[in-house]
Amino acid sequence: MAARIPRVPVREQDPKVRATNFEEVCYGYNVEEAQLEATRCLHCKNPRCVAACPVSVNIPNFIAQVAAGNFAEAAAVIAEDSSLPAVCGRVCPQETQCEGSCILGVKGEPVAIGKLERFVADWSRENGGVKPVVAPANGHKVAVIGSGPAGLACASDLAKLGYEVTVFEALHRPGGVLEYGIPEFRLPKDKVVAAEIESVKALGVKIETNVIAGRTVTVDSLLDEEGFDAVFIGSGAGLPKFMGIPGENLNGVFSANEFLTRNNLMKAYRDDYMTPIHAGKKVVVVGGGNVAMDAARTALRLGADTTIVYRRTENELPARREEVHHAKEEGIEFAMLTNPVEIIGDEKGWVKAVRCIRMELGEPDESGRRSPVAVPDSEFEIETETVIMSLGTSPNPLIARTTAGLETNRRGCLVADEKGATTREGVFAGGDAVTGAATVILAMGAGRKAAAAIHEYVTSKQ
Amino acid sequence: MLTPTICRMKVSAPRLASSAQPGQFLIVRASENGERIPLTISDYSKEEGTVTIVTQQIGASTSVICGYEQGESFADVVGPLGVPSDFTEMSAEELAGKRYIFIAGGVGTAPVYPQVKWLHERGVAVDVIVGAKTKDLVIYKEEMEAVCDNLYLCTDDGSAGFKGLVTAMLEKLVTEDGKQYDQAVAIGPMIMMKFAVLTAKKLELPIIVSLNTLMVDGTGMCGACRVTVAGKTRFACVEGPEFNGYDVDFDEAMRRQGMYRSEEQEADHKCKIGRGR
Repeated sequence: MAARIPRVPVREQDPKVRATNFEEVCYGYNVEEAQLEATRCLHCKNPRCVAACPVSVNIPNFIAQVAAGNFAEAAAVIAEDSSLPAVCGRVCPQETQCEGSCILGVKGEPVAIGKLERFVADWSRENGGVKPVVAPANGHKVAVIGSGPAGLACASDLAKLGYEVTVFEALHRPGGVLEYGIPEFRLPKDKVVAAEIESVKALGVKIETNVIAGRTVTVDSLLDEEGFDAVFIGSGAGLPKFMGIPGENLNGVFSANEFLTRNNLMKAYRDDYMTPIHAGKKVVVVGGGNVAMDAARTALRLGADTTIVYRRTENELPARREEVHHAKEEGIEFAMLTNPVEIIGDEKGWVKAVRCIRMELGEPDESGRRSPVAVPDSEFEIETETVIMSLGTSPNPLIARTTAGLETNRRGCLVADEKGATTREGVFAGGDAVTGAATVILAMGAGRKAAAAIHEYVTSKQ
Repeated sequence: MLTPTICRMKVSAPRLASSAQPGQFLIVRASENGERIPLTISDYSKEEGTVTIVTQQIGASTSVICGYEQGESFADVVGPLGVPSDFTEMSAEELAGKRYIFIAGGVGTAPVYPQVKWLHERGVAVDVIVGAKTKDLVIYKEEMEAVCDNLYLCTDDGSAGFKGLVTAMLEKLVTEDGKQYDQAVAIGPMIMMKFAVLTAKKLELPIIVSLNTLMVDGTGMCGACRVTVAGKTRFACVEGPEFNGYDVDFDEAMRRQGMYRSEEQEADHKCKIGRGR
């Protein structure tokens, strides 16, 4: 029986070596590995993996094509539902989605759907890509604000339906969090991100960088002056949170966003770029999400001894297991049940230590996680040169503030229904701008839903 | 070139030009591997689709910019960024009869110009103090004279106008010459703004300052620009750059401004000291 073949392990860069470079950690499957792994799929009649995929990729179908060696067909199957397969194959939390619901996972290891998707996407890119299938132009224009996962997914679907789509990006490179947030060693920028964006452009999508919605243009100017029939807002959640503890404005305290943007978008790690970055010999990262792992592993690669400080235990870390595992392999220290109470500076105003307090887990809170409680008289100091705050982000208020009739909730997220319609007619939204910081794939799912809703809206207006 | 180290150029950026207002800034990248540099907008024309910027050559990136020939392009230009000056939100009634005094230092004179021009066009009385090290470093003299009621030049060496600091001039105008102002606005080096605020406090004059902090994206994403204003952390890029001067923690702001100075010196450039003032 096929299921008896164990899950094919994926080759990775040696932890000791990769801790000193920004090359990709995971090498991915080769042809033989991919075909062998593909034979493990049981081709369930009611595939639970598809139901668990936010963009509903036809997983058994593409895996069957891989098993048969038809890699171009496999890529075409994925392209029907996903515009960023090489990205998703790398950064999706498959363990809680497709692979998490794989029937093989009940008694053993699920099919490595993520690694197979990545293999197909990489193979396709290196072999000419998928030929775009686009409907004839329908004469309607849609503006997409933000070129991250939500915006790109929405733009792709609309372009396939024949819309003239323009994506507006505030930064100088498209990709949103794929470009500024996720590091090179997890998601190569030129090889993967730029290439997948090119394939979105091949559908006819136009991307304009350096346009800030709410400043350079407004939602109203796009609708009233530039003749767009509808607007999709996929502006993400880019506003960093800080703890509000003493010493947070000392020199050497950064948001994870700043630290990662300098290194990813602005390529501070490369000698041929002018961007400065400050890590020093010792870095403390506060937080336990994927972004905290990314910041810590970046600091490590810049040469710093790095410690992650998190107020709950390892079991509650919101980061993907794989990221935590990789971080540990690379030598990052984990100080769990620890919470900063103050950052201490030297006489020149630079960080020299973080004063922390020990925590213990109390009753479960509204998120279902046991809430951490400070242990009295347990304060201690960790010496460090740099502190990186990775406490989550919230949506940028700029668009909501500059658009009449666009409502936000108390967390600053845009209010939108399940299809992505906001409180303003003709304006749709999805991704982190609506949900608060979540995952690439959920944003893509929201972008696709909104694309369908925009199509319905524009069609109904005719 | 306005002086041997300060250059002025018009940049074609139609969308930016049609949205720009006094008090706002923009970000440029001189080259594909360059930094994002915040620069003030010193003029804009909707009709021409251009914005005017003034840059002081202080490091590698700004040298590249000042070395541009006519017709060359930036790798990137984005804006306008920041909140427009408070007065742009005021009605004609609110502005009527108001007297403004601007205190401009060095390259900070450039962003003062569109503010003074805006107010002058609406009939508001505006005096301007312009400070520079020496006569050759004074910029925007003629332009400013055309749009303000009184221009007071100050130079450190006395080679033009009053010999002394802008703060001494402000104090003299109010205490000796009996000038009355409703609002002061100071734009220039952080240290000048700090002392302008101290002087304004002494004179019980409300004062607005425009902070030239470090920035990466300029859209509220990184928090490099955070400043303490009235005891609260604010992001200068999206909540500023203008703040009530009385509330700003200038010592912290100056310390934070120097955060990358050692890195910059190693790289033999200093273009991250802020908005090129």
